[in-house]
Amino acid sequence: MLRTCLIALAALVATPTMAAENVTTFMLENGLEAVVIEDHRAPVVVHMLWYRAGSADEEPGVSGVAHFLEHLLFKATDKLASGEFSDTVRANGGSDNAFTSYDYTGYFQRVAADRLELMMQMEADRMRNIRLTDEDIITERDVILEERSQRTDSDPGALFSEQRRAAQYLNHPYGVPIIGWRHEMEQLDMADALEFYRTYYAPNAAVLVVAGDVDPAEVEELAKKHYGPLAPTVDLPVRTRPQEPPQLAERRLRFDDPRVSQPYVIRTYIAPERDAGDQKMAAALTVLADILGGSSATSVFGRALELENPKAVYTSAFYSGLSFDDTTFGVVIVPTPEYTLEQAEAEMDAVIAQFMEDGVDPAQLERVKTQIRASQIYANDNVGGLARRYGAALTSGLTVEDVQAWPDVLQAVTEEDIIAAARFIFEERRNAVTGWFEKPAPEALEVTQ
Amino acid sequence: MIRFVLTALAFVVAALPARAIDIKEVTSPGGITAWLVEEHSIPFTALEIRFKGGASLDREGKRGAVNLMTGLIEEGAGDLDATGFAAAREALAASYGFDVGDDTFSVSAQFLTENREEAVALLKLALNKPRFDEAAIARVKSQIVSGIGSDQNDPNEIAQQTASRLAWGEHPYGSDSSGTIESVTALTRDDLLTAYNDVVARDRIFVGAVGDITADELGGILDDLLGGLPETGAPLPEAATYLPEGGVTVVPFETPQSVAIFGHEGIERDDADFFAAFVLNQVLGAGGFGSRLMQEVREKRGLTYGVSTFLVPKDLGHLYLGQVASANDRIAEAIDVIRDQWQLIATEGVTDQELADAKTFLTGAYPLRFDGNARIAGILAGMQLDGLPINYADSRNDRINAITQDDIKRVAARLLRPDDLHFIVVGQPEGLQSTN
Repeated sequence: MLRTCLIALAALVATPTMAAENVTTFMLENGLEAVVIEDHRAPVVVHMLWYRAGSADEEPGVSGVAHFLEHLLFKATDKLASGEFSDTVRANGGSDNAFTSYDYTGYFQRVAADRLELMMQMEADRMRNIRLTDEDIITERDVILEERSQRTDSDPGALFSEQRRAAQYLNHPYGVPIIGWRHEMEQLDMADALEFYRTYYAPNAAVLVVAGDVDPAEVEELAKKHYGPLAPTVDLPVRTRPQEPPQLAERRLRFDDPRVSQPYVIRTYIAPERDAGDQKMAAALTVLADILGGSSATSVFGRALELENPKAVYTSAFYSGLSFDDTTFGVVIVPTPEYTLEQAEAEMDAVIAQFMEDGVDPAQLERVKTQIRASQIYANDNVGGLARRYGAALTSGLTVEDVQAWPDVLQAVTEEDIIAAARFIFEERRNAVTGWFEKPAPEALEVTQ
Repeated sequence: MIRFVLTALAFVVAALPARAIDIKEVTSPGGITAWLVEEHSIPFTALEIRFKGGASLDREGKRGAVNLMTGLIEEGAGDLDATGFAAAREALAASYGFDVGDDTFSVSAQFLTENREEAVALLKLALNKPRFDEAAIARVKSQIVSGIGSDQNDPNEIAQQTASRLAWGEHPYGSDSSGTIESVTALTRDDLLTAYNDVVARDRIFVGAVGDITADELGGILDDLLGGLPETGAPLPEAATYLPEGGVTVVPFETPQSVAIFGHEGIERDDADFFAAFVLNQVLGAGGFGSRLMQEVREKRGLTYGVSTFLVPKDLGHLYLGQVASANDRIAEAIDVIRDQWQLIATEGVTDQELADAKTFLTGAYPLRFDGNARIAGILAGMQLDGLPINYADSRNDRINAITQDDIKRVAARLLRPDDLHFIVVGQPEGLQSTN
């Protein structure tokens, strides 16, 4: 479905808001949204450009193209030779890199604060003006295939995770790996890359985050000068990906690999993500993950499975609410050698059932909330981390207001909310994928017919 | 074609105006020294305490004892068991990290100003009165054994451990500090007490502190935390001797992609040519996309996702290492390219442009390291461990800028020895065999 966003954008233009004492926002007329985070402790700036386009925005059949394009953005433009972008950052003492996720692709540089304009000049240039050669495509495709070999194919845990995600999402593109399936990566070509580029690498699909020793008014001036002249994509697709149908069958996977040394059981459930203006359920799930499987010394899993009469060497519960579409809530147990995977899974399920029966320990909830509050203080020590937080949120469907409300939403979570969230997740096994990760059984010496 | 280079050069002339950081030396009433940077804008403090010695102080036959001891420091102390201790720490929202390397045992703490006194008291309990309960020992042991098992199936770990063993043989540097499944399983509570007494002592302490704290307040904390520790620990081990000759060692492992670690002996941290070697390494393999090896192996040939080199100057021995991963049918070619570059730079040095670029990068990047209270606290402790002066940060970039082509040529001829390169390759590499 294609629809123009221009009308909606016009209404949003030029409404600077002072959101928190050190965070400012503005929007350019071409749709580029910007966040400025001030930190004047050191003369350093982080310049990040995020695109609201990740692997989940790819067309079927070209998996990995979002990430492939990310690599290709370091090649030539009208003004820069291949590799010159990074060379220039380095020549200025900075560092730069990029990353691709399901919902976003981001580029960043960390440099002395007085080099900000140069970074913007170059980043704006490559948003619309890359010039790829056939040679770039061939060499860089080899690089991403090596990257897949290194990160995924050489790591049975990563392969297993890929298989589980594919089983988790029946219809949504979150089931396709960010790096891509190898057979599709091998076929990626110039046209695939350029189609994705021309659609999504545009100011109205981008979020600029500048954090460090900067003046917001100056940042806005620079952004107008360098990003302002860029043309938006007129027919930018609205982000509606194929959604999940009701999941009606529990899925169970066994992954055998001779490289497995530590078997484990992991189960993930489809779960709601943080939505703009509606983060309550996600907050309850976030606190639930902490209570159930956060600290190995004090969490419900840790105390029941690792400390007293240990059945596991490691347990955890995990949830990330930062996602454009439905995310997952997961639990994992790595049993001690005395326990089989079947026993470990049963033990873990028994602990979850008991937890929903017993309810939340108020002292534990208090400690978790204290740590959430303190983490806001500690987070101010890492301005790069703050920049990532805003960039990821704004490209995952949230607003600056949602980011700033999040700590309060977390603090408001009650014991009842947590148990309700636990029941919502754990009482619907049809939403779950359970994986057993193990060494293959020794082969039988003889096969009889 | 208009290039941005012109703009870039204009910037380079105005070198990065590093805001000088104000490091104070603080000596506590009890005589313990620390370096402090006061930073009152965020209400917390980062404290880094390092004890020289680390895992190399493992006694004979007790490999993994210092590592296990480190893992147990926070697992119960004074009248608190493991859960009680963790609950107390979480209630304060403080964090204490305990880590051990070959040469140091380190404590990295962060605590809020609002409950600093309680947070320090709790950390004091861990550092001075660890319990080493049998239940906790059994639990942490099984976690470590599980990790050792995983490492045995991880090609990167196999390569790393093979490289260490070949390089240093029986010296503690020659084996993984986690120990083996057998050595860890055999460790007793007494072994842990011995390791604790060997490592955690006052005669080897280096402290950095950054944050919302004054010199007087820090002085009191130092005495409180560390004043009660034993005066002396175990003597440091003897220097390690580098053993291998050049060649190839293939470790067969079923995987589509081979990983390789390569290198030979390096250079000491206090060698007069260390800075020249540091700059040279930047050109050869530490400069990310701009390095010679990355250009030749990845950018021109697509043979790898990453290749890098690093100087490893340890207290008792030094290495110059690199790593690369490449498909089984391409790793031999990657190795050839690396050898050629090693040879080329050893005989011809680097270009003026490469030298200039490396210096610009290193001097520009240095101030960016001072990124947050915890990182700065770590840097302060590290500078003291390396015996650097308190004003080192002010002159460090001048030392880099002073490196000439003559310095580079001299150190390249000495440091880069292509015939001595030993490649440890884990995988099923085509066209490569172990040499002998």
